[in-house]
Amino acid sequence: MASSIRVRATTNGDITEVQALIQHPMDSGFVKDAKGELIPPHFIQELKFACNGKEVFVADWGPAVSKDPYIKFSFKGAKKGDDLTISWTDNKGGSDQTTAKIA
Amino acid sequence: MTTHIGPHPTRRLILQGAVTVALIGLGNLPYAPARAAANDKYPEEAFKQKSEADAIKALYGKTAEPSDKVKLDAPEIAENGAVVPISVTTTLDKVTSISFFVAENPNALAASYKIPDGTMPVVANRLKMAKTTNVVAIVEADGKLFSATKEVKVTVGGCGG
Repeated sequence: MASSIRVRATTNGDITEVQALIQHPMDSGFVKDAKGELIPPHFIQELKFACNGKEVFVADWGPAVSKDPYIKFSFKGAKKGDDLTISWTDNKGGSDQTTAKIA
Repeated sequence: MTTHIGPHPTRRLILQGAVTVALIGLGNLPYAPARAAANDKYPEEAFKQKSEADAIKALYGKTAEPSDKVKLDAPEIAENGAVVPISVTTTLDKVTSISFFVAENPNALAASYKIPDGTMPVVANRLKMAKTTNVVAIVEADGKLFSATKEVKVTVGGCGG
């Protein structure tokens, strides 16, 4: 299965900019389906970015984050070719992980 | 006559219960420094709070003061409340976390980010908004909380209904 995470990490000397797009329904638990029944909550709770094993960014999310979430941040101390590992877990115990090379 | 709670009363449920109990326990100690934002656990309780003030309290255990050093970038009008691009930048030093609150969502806390040393205090994300209301960004810097607020007009709500 293709990864649910798409990530682009580019460094320009000192600062590495990371943009990530994750495929996830992010159901809030307030939306009804076509039959008028509530769709149970299903959303990413924790999203972690680690560069060379060191955590550089941790997101705690509630259901108010949009479907197929997008996130952008930057950090210092990485160089071209370093590994950036992204992992998430959701409220139903689902998870995914991917590793990208910093370009 | 069955006592079981759901289809799968799994380990997860039990763990969630334990976390809740732990958080309540912490709340009883007046000077407990280990708030949800300070440790690695998912701040379950803070996400359950309905109002913005309660959520801030549950997450950080203190109140925030407005600061012009926190810059919240959000649209004046969001046509689609399901996807509202919101970002925050700050010139403050020693930032340890950044959180986003949408005042009149069913649960005010939308997202909370931990900023370790070496990570820039700049975050962009996309949030859902139920209706026209204030978006509040909280920046925790050097142990204090600073906030920026902006009203976003929503034409179509993004939380169902």
